Amino acid sequence: MNMLGRRAVLVLPALAAAPASAQVSSVGPVAQPAEAESFEAAERAILAGRTPVTTGIEVEVPRLSENGNSVDISVKVDSPFTAEDHVTAIHILSERNPYPRVASFGLSARSGRAEVATRIRLATSQNILVLAETSRGQVRRASRDVIVILGACVEGG
Amino acid sequence: MRRAAALLALLPPIAIGLLAGAAELRPSRDFLSPELRGQQEDPSRHPGWLWVDEGEVLWQEGERSCQSCHGDIGSMAGVATRYPALEQDGALLNLEGRIERCRTQYQSEAAFGYESEALLSLTAAIATRSRGLPMSVAVDGPAAAILEEGRRLYETRQGQLNLACGQCHDDNAGRRLRGDVISNGLGTGYPAYRLEWNTLGSLHRRLRACSLGVRATQFDLGSREYLTLELFLAHRATGLPVEAPGLRR
Amino acid sequence: MSGSLITARITLPATARRGEVVPVRVIVRHPMDRAIDAPGLTPVPRRILHSMRVTYAGEEVFRMALSPGITANPYVEFTTVAVETGDIVFEWIEDGGTVYRREARLVVT
Repeated sequence: MNMLGRRAVLVLPALAAAPASAQVSSVGPVAQPAEAESFEAAERAILAGRTPVTTGIEVEVPRLSENGNSVDISVKVDSPFTAEDHVTAIHILSERNPYPRVASFGLSARSGRAEVATRIRLATSQNILVLAETSRGQVRRASRDVIVILGACVEGG
Repeated sequence: MRRAAALLALLPPIAIGLLAGAAELRPSRDFLSPELRGQQEDPSRHPGWLWVDEGEVLWQEGERSCQSCHGDIGSMAGVATRYPALEQDGALLNLEGRIERCRTQYQSEAAFGYESEALLSLTAAIATRSRGLPMSVAVDGPAAAILEEGRRLYETRQGQLNLACGQCHDDNAGRRLRGDVISNGLGTGYPAYRLEWNTLGSLHRRLRACSLGVRATQFDLGSREYLTLELFLAHRATGLPVEAPGLRR
Repeated sequence: MSGSLITARITLPATARRGEVVPVRVIVRHPMDRAIDAPGLTPVPRRILHSMRVTYAGEEVFRMALSPGITANPYVEFTTVAVETGDIVFEWIEDGGTVYRREARLVVT
């Protein structure tokens, strides 16, 4: 069931760039399309026809998670981080959660490095996909399998 | 290499359980995985501290604020080590009950209500002032009889699974059960942030989950039954450190 | 710019040298209620923080789009270059449009 069919989706406009610094990519909130988007469709939408490389991206997530309610994930992407060549966005996708787009991060040259971390919910054992976009239009891709002992979407005492 | 690291993370609690033997109680943090234990010790990453922060704000709120009588919240150091306690008028109060008594009798305010966000926050903020301090509840005089009530509850087989608390928490501490490692069930980490709840909760909420787990009657939050059991657990944990706010699976 | 208060812990170094890459950690109090609507379970409407944006020295320097797949009481780590002494401003937008705001000062030498 799509809870968000009629909900207005707020899109944050990107700010105009200040002199001598780069603009943050307009990531916006995770847009929930009118029909449920599949994991494969989400990846295709983000790739937008580009072929990703699998080097220069490091994803740390436990191989085995004790509790799917809180899984630590961190991402590091190699990049010179100049005004002209830096990471602009990092996306975390889940193969088996109700919503495949778990998180998207918007970075700029002022980030200094592409190093982000967060905690995610995993409904069950599955594949996690991370895609990183650069200002030069490159995409880096990493994929990790996570085994989840106790899924997030289980209600207990 | 990742698989080896994951297996290694599982071993230490089991090893501790097998080495310790039934008589030796260990702090609950010893039963956490290294990852969770690290998080529990890091206030920048442990969600429980968000409730402590809110409790510290509540401490100062209102005309007859906690602060107006007790001064700085630092004065609460040691308080959590002495609860539950039998008050002069015979009432058995845990820390939550003591806070509610202050609220209704001295601050002329309505009680917060068990498991309300406000009571959880204040309880966490006050309990944290005793973090690391050894438990030391009084069980002499009239409290002795209450201790025995609690001990009976702890030692009685209950529920459809016909289990007594000690069968898990003394005899099988360190072993795995349903993806979790069984601790000594001290209760010293409460209020605790439980991943399963996605929020901070009280010891009585956790006791209700235990009762449900063995398919026994769940008593009410703040019930006489859980209060006497809490007194027994606190006495059993004498000398072991307060760990609030705890982080649990 | 105004916003409602929300409980959050922001962790930054007290000072940084100009040009240094500063690690930032933030954990914010929010239940991130996923929609629950299944037989046998208490129905819970969705209510999450769906966006976080971070502004520093006049510009947005970081943003995050969150989903129901983000753990309750969201925790995030990111980095930013120390540019000048000033407030790093965090804003979160909740389903329904409420904006929450917290700040932390970074001293740059």
